Amino acid sequence: MAQQTFQEISASDFFYRNRDIAGFTNPTRAIFATIRELVENSLDAAETIKVLPDVYVRLSFAKVGNQESQVFKLRVEDNGAGILPKHIPSAFGQVLYGSKYTLKQQRGTFGLGGKMAILYGQITTHQPAHVTSSTGTAKIYSFKLMMDIQKNRPIILDRRVSTNKGQWRGTIVEFCLEGDYLRAKPKVLEYFKQTAMVNPYANLTFVDPKGRLYKFTRGTTSMPDPPKETEPHPYGVDVELLQRLIQVTPYKNMLEFLKNEFHRVGEITAQKFLAFSNLSPRKNPKRLSHAELVSLMQNLKKFEKFLPPDSSCLSPLGEDLLKAGILKELKPEFLVVHQRKPSTYAGHPFIIETAIAYGGEIPKKNNFVIYRFANKIPLLYDEASDVSYRVINSMNWSRYKVTQDMPIAIVVHICSTKVPYKTVGKEFIADRPEVRREIANELRGVARKLQHFLSRRAHVNKEKKKFSVFIKYLPKIAQFSTDLAGKEKIPDIEKLLKSVRKFGIE
Amino acid sequence: MGSNKKERIVGNKKSKVLSSLKNLGSRVYNQLENGFFPSITMPSRSTENINYDPDLRQYILGEKIVLRNSRIFTQTRGFTQLVWAATFSHELASQRKTSTLRDVYYSAQAYEMVFKDQQESNNIITDLETVLGLSREDFNIFPEERSAVFGDLTIAYTVPGYEGRTLNLTSHPDGVLIGPALTSAEFVGTTADKVIAIEKGGLFTRFVEENVHKKFNALLISTAGQAPRATRHFIRRLNREFNLPVYIFTDGDPWGMHIAMVIISGSANAAHLRELTTPDAKWMGVWASDIVDYKLPTYPLKEVDFTRLHELQRDPRYQTDPLWQKEIKTFLKIRKKAEQEAFSRYGLTYIVDEYLPAKLGETK
Ligand SMILES: Nc1ncnc2c1ncn2[C@@H]1O[C@H](COP(=O)(O)OP(=O)(O)OP(=O)(O)O)[C@@H](O)[C@H]1O
Ligand SMILES: [Mg+2]
Repeated sequence: MAQQTFQEISASDFFYRNRDIAGFTNPTRAIFATIRELVENSLDAAETIKVLPDVYVRLSFAKVGNQESQVFKLRVEDNGAGILPKHIPSAFGQVLYGSKYTLKQQRGTFGLGGKMAILYGQITTHQPAHVTSSTGTAKIYSFKLMMDIQKNRPIILDRRVSTNKGQWRGTIVEFCLEGDYLRAKPKVLEYFKQTAMVNPYANLTFVDPKGRLYKFTRGTTSMPDPPKETEPHPYGVDVELLQRLIQVTPYKNMLEFLKNEFHRVGEITAQKFLAFSNLSPRKNPKRLSHAELVSLMQNLKKFEKFLPPDSSCLSPLGEDLLKAGILKELKPEFLVVHQRKPSTYAGHPFIIETAIAYGGEIPKKNNFVIYRFANKIPLLYDEASDVSYRVINSMNWSRYKVTQDMPIAIVVHICSTKVPYKTVGKEFIADRPEVRREIANELRGVARKLQHFLSRRAHVNKEKKKFSVFIKYLPKIAQFSTDLAGKEKIPDIEKLLKSVRKFGIE
Repeated sequence: MGSNKKERIVGNKKSKVLSSLKNLGSRVYNQLENGFFPSITMPSRSTENINYDPDLRQYILGEKIVLRNSRIFTQTRGFTQLVWAATFSHELASQRKTSTLRDVYYSAQAYEMVFKDQQESNNIITDLETVLGLSREDFNIFPEERSAVFGDLTIAYTVPGYEGRTLNLTSHPDGVLIGPALTSAEFVGTTADKVIAIEKGGLFTRFVEENVHKKFNALLISTAGQAPRATRHFIRRLNREFNLPVYIFTDGDPWGMHIAMVIISGSANAAHLRELTTPDAKWMGVWASDIVDYKLPTYPLKEVDFTRLHELQRDPRYQTDPLWQKEIKTFLKIRKKAEQEAFSRYGLTYIVDEYLPAKLGETK
């Protein structure tokens, strides 16, 4: 009789087997995803302590392989917060280990990205990763790490401590991986350019395997305020989260539990809610039966009197910074940016920021250039599945006297404590009605501004064209009529020209 | 008529042309001097402003006036071209040089006044004609196409280098081109008592060979198809200055008929001009009724011929003499057309020996 074997797999094993969903689909995507995950960690690390980020990335040949797939050494260095030595092994060697599960807006969310990159390197090259970090103390810690994939545990191969003479603070991650840089190159460069666009206060440096230097220099020294941490909003919890909250709460009755562990729930709202769900305020949350837990969760979603979440936990870029970033990278002739009031979907606050840029270095194509960002991360794949793309393409642009063949770039940035990604690979935003509506309203606003600009520009151009006609022909009329009338002196036409000059000519 | 008087007329005409060109220049100059964008008015040449004047027996322009204003940027370029054309014409006329429409088109480039195409420069010249009420030949711009004249007419040249020289137009059997030199010449005298204008060059040569000018005491003119304006003016002068009756001989179809009509009553395109018509000239044939009477070899009328006939039937110029309507109806009835040469079926001289005498008697 055949026997079926059951086997539990670890989280790292799971993601190893399903690395596609994290974006490590092939040697090309792997290079891109690796760089991206590490750069995002570095930016997060600098922003949490409100330091202007300096991120240095170097990809070099480690060993010459075949054409499609070569072994590279990647080094990413930042001036961020650094990591305490006790966290380093797990932060880089244990999947789903991270510091960003709290509810505030950050690039990282899953506790997965950096590890997937290192894991991929380990699988393809069987070599350890080197992590060096200091939080600015007297010591610098260096680790040589590998991952035990089955157990989802880091293996420490070496650990060194050195004195931090220069008071350095930051993190250096270095490891080898196999990939196809030649194919990945356009996306990698595009990634840096767009990252520079939404992080205009960051210095980004990239040295590619041929030794070429790509430098994206910051255009401003002001940074957005770092987001505050918040409790979850009642509309946004699921059973899993509810159980976790109950486990860790120090509060012994439902009233205090609700007041203290949830976002925007006060005494009165908590009482009304408990009455609504037939629960005693004095009940100990740890004593809830499973059935009670489920009905609590359902009632949290049903109750209509919770205040909407506020947006203090969000850290949008702001109109000025977004403007600075776009001006810096696209040098457009015209730019309008706008930040929308905060809104929510399923208990999660979010803010939409948009921009429309016209002309300058924006290419003329058969469609708009769309730049999509989520929590300051550029989204470069699966454009057609993204909600922004759908909104843009369902808009009636002719209403705004705009056609797809104009040199127009549209920027949509969504900030949220929980960006509605469709996948762990963070490639595109799901089509949520609340999100879609906000994006649509926002885009209509900026499109109207573009329309004004275009019609004004057309008017100015027409006046300039008119003037160029006058300036060309009036002197001739003066000359010919002088000859024909048999006069000596040519009439002075300066005054006439002045009377029709409205905008000057270029 | 004494030749002194004629010289004065020619000289007067010339100074009138020069002074109206100069006036135009002064008008524009003064507007600029006074701080205005210059503008010029002229009669509109749009179809609704072209009317048939039964007294003058030609088309004329109506009351409607248009303004060419250099302040309106879409008109600035055209306005400049117009002033340039006037300046250029003044130069031509005062230096007694001649030019063609094609020349005008190219000459403009020397003044950095590039015309888009020939049509554009032609239109500007027509504008200038309209503004001044003069025809382009007056300011020495002549068409390319030229017709010819033969017969006992003595002329005296006025063109530079030939002033006062005379020529008798029987001197060359191919005829003499009705070009700038002949157009500006004075008529000294003639023994002829009529003018016969012929549509086709081949037949004109035959008439010269057959001594038609002697036999019928006539001046012969080859119109070479639709008569150019210079030729129309030339015919008018013969008619006016010597009181010679004019007979026009064309193919027997609506197109030939209309060649005759344009010599008689002018065209709508030239409604802004005078002195191009000869209202008393007569269309002598080939009539539709000739086709029947002389049993000429024919072709069937085509669709376009019928369309044209119906147009002509409504045309005001064709309401003046009952002959026109009668012949149009006959064409429509017999549904046939014939060429001038069709008479050759009765021998090469039949047309001269039989047809011409009969028709001249008939049309007198
Ligand atoms: N350059 C760095 N500087 C400081 N801390 C870092 C750095 N890189 C990683 N970390 C720490 O390691 C943790 C794990 O990073 P990892 O990229 O695996 O997950 P994450 O960023 O939390 O989530 P995500 O899967 O969305 O990237 C982070 O939460 C952070 O605390
Ligand atoms: Mg990360």
